[in-house]
Amino acid sequence: MALTVLVIARSRNLFGVIVLGGLYSFLMSTALVAMDAVDVAMTEAAVGAGISTVLLLGALYLCKSEETKPVRKPWGPLAASLAVGGVLVYGTLRLPEFSDPSAPIHVHVAPRYLNEMKTEVDVPNAVTAVLASYRGYDTLGETTVVFTAGAGVIALLRRRRKDRQP
Amino acid sequence: MRYDLILRVVAKLMIPFILLFALYVQFHGDFGPGGGFQAGVILAAAVVFYALIFGLADARKLVPEPLVESMLALGVLIYGGVGVAGLLLGGNYLDYFVLDPNPVLGQHRGIFWVEVGVAVTVSGVMLKIFYMFADRGRMDDE
Repeated sequence: MALTVLVIARSRNLFGVIVLGGLYSFLMSTALVAMDAVDVAMTEAAVGAGISTVLLLGALYLCKSEETKPVRKPWGPLAASLAVGGVLVYGTLRLPEFSDPSAPIHVHVAPRYLNEMKTEVDVPNAVTAVLASYRGYDTLGETTVVFTAGAGVIALLRRRRKDRQP
Repeated sequence: MRYDLILRVVAKLMIPFILLFALYVQFHGDFGPGGGFQAGVILAAAVVFYALIFGLADARKLVPEPLVESMLALGVLIYGGVGVAGLLLGGNYLDYFVLDPNPVLGQHRGIFWVEVGVAVTVSGVMLKIFYMFADRGRMDDE
């Protein structure tokens, strides 16, 4: 994955960058499978590697396929992103170990969900039960966000098409 | 659009299975990985695949634009409707226990319709965005 990122950063051919982005998504989803997050891995493979690659290729069709040389050397932005990344890594140092049973997220509501689910919801996939039932409001919000995104894209792209026609 | 025999035959072979897999992911989401979001994306991917091979105009004929646009809103309405149905039957908003005399079956029913709503909205949005991008590039002119 690190190699893919390096090649993406160095490459000037946008077609290659998009294909490598899809490759990165597939590697990410295998990493998620290895961490037992199958639902997230499936979404990553379908959205990250599938749909977004197609959409980026569609966008590439509208512009040139070679990235132009940057006007200035990007030292300032590079330093800023390294600093932010460093702070984020520093933040993860104090997080509990992966799959540590005494971590705060595992002792708050998760045991109640897992223990009561069999009698209350009786759906074998815990992710679905939490997503659609216990956290129904959140998922309603997410669906509305997706809807709003689609409506926004329609509003942006349709007006330009009308402007061009007369 | 060039006439590419191998691509067309392979696409015709694969698209039914992609659609079937989307339905499997949708309705098997209670038991295995998957659910409305993933199924919606796979469904949209099948139509995008069709559009890439057979041209955008044919895909528009198969899945017309007004249908896609109404799917956008319909999904959210289904989701919200489940909540309102819970209200009408005397529960709280998005309370699935009242949807069936047996509370556990009510939960199943609620989750089922909610997932349907998510799938409809997600596939509608994905398809609409793809149509918009492809339209600006006028891929079907070739």
